Amino acid sequence: MNIEDTLGSLRTEMPGVTTEAIRLGTGLVDGFDVFESPIGDVVVGFNVRGVSFVDLAAGFDPDETGRGAVQATPPKGWDAKIRRAIERGRPADLPVDLGGVTSFQRSVLEVAATIPYGQVRPYGWLADHVGNRGAVRAVGSTMARNPVPLIIPCHRVVRSDGRIGNYSLGGAHNKTDLLGHEGVDLDRLASLAARNIRFVGSDTTGIFCLPTCSHARRISDAHQVELKSAAAAEAAGFRPCKVCEPA
Amino acid sequence: MEQLCERLARDLDGSFEDLVDALGDDVYSGLRRMHGDEAADLTQETFIRAYRALGTYEPDRIRELRLRGWIWTIALNLGRNHTRDRSRRPQPVELHDIHPVADPEPIDSALWQARLDALPIAQRRAVVLRHVVGLSYTELSAALGRPEGTVKADVNRGLARLKRLIEEEA
Repeated sequence: MNIEDTLGSLRTEMPGVTTEAIRLGTGLVDGFDVFESPIGDVVVGFNVRGVSFVDLAAGFDPDETGRGAVQATPPKGWDAKIRRAIERGRPADLPVDLGGVTSFQRSVLEVAATIPYGQVRPYGWLADHVGNRGAVRAVGSTMARNPVPLIIPCHRVVRSDGRIGNYSLGGAHNKTDLLGHEGVDLDRLASLAARNIRFVGSDTTGIFCLPTCSHARRISDAHQVELKSAAAAEAAGFRPCKVCEPA
Repeated sequence: MEQLCERLARDLDGSFEDLVDALGDDVYSGLRRMHGDEAADLTQETFIRAYRALGTYEPDRIRELRLRGWIWTIALNLGRNHTRDRSRRPQPVELHDIHPVADPEPIDSALWQARLDALPIAQRRAVVLRHVVGLSYTELSAALGRPEGTVKADVNRGLARLKRLIEEEA
């Protein structure tokens, strides 16, 4: 064999793993890895733009995700951020890829992401906070389509009648478990709702809150005033809490 | 390749994987002979940069691209920067080893690698791109940004040197 032909035989195939790395690096497919959560193992998808999906690990099929997904190690530093985001139920400094949602849904999800650990907000509160009081139903369907449950804590958005409402990640029992895990007193919420109580006020500060607000939880029983509506609260001389912004 | 340009111009996301299929082995084989074990990372980075660049090009510019030569301008630039400064290279995405790396090697590959490594860099690049990857002199000239005559001379000098090396071994 002459030199030219021998050199030609030095040609090699690109390894399959490099093909996958290119598809990942360009964002043409998502990577995913498995993480622990309070409701069992979940898969977290990611691409160059951020975390793109969260799903239960049991029964997960990578081919059924939007663009397909391959198991991969998250970009440097993201592993700890993902763990923390799941544990605390907020994205913090973890980038989230909300590319597949409408701008309305994006603003709803961004507000939902601010609901603190251990607290809940009614669907109507969320609608009000994106400036569209009438959009309760659209808020509900946005929660159902949240691409990154647990990390954007849609489990903290509940019905105002005391029922917790639906949950996309495996069903309502997981929502109950998550809120229980965060120490939310669901029995108390149900009992308040049964009596049509929406807010609680403090007769010492003159401020009223949503029942799970950290400020509401500090009001002692002796000073706690149960309120049926924001109008009733304001008529009784209370002003809304600046932290939970009850509405 | 012209058809591929047309498809890339129309639908980058839908056809980029075809570009990887068409030129992946080319880029990997060439980088392997120039940069050894770094070839996989450099190949990955070459295509990621190509994808980002194509995303910024007007469709007409994509239609007129000579893909082979163009992809090698990216790969060679990365190779040069890599040699110059390893630490500044972006961290490639790491994958679990889900696919065993299939890499059938001719028996005397290590010996040939040693011979290629003995060539001056310009000759090594030219010989590898011409005879391992199989670029035409037009593509080679575009990839290296040098006149065809110069590139031809580098290939011929490289081949002559390889012949001498083999004779010296015997």
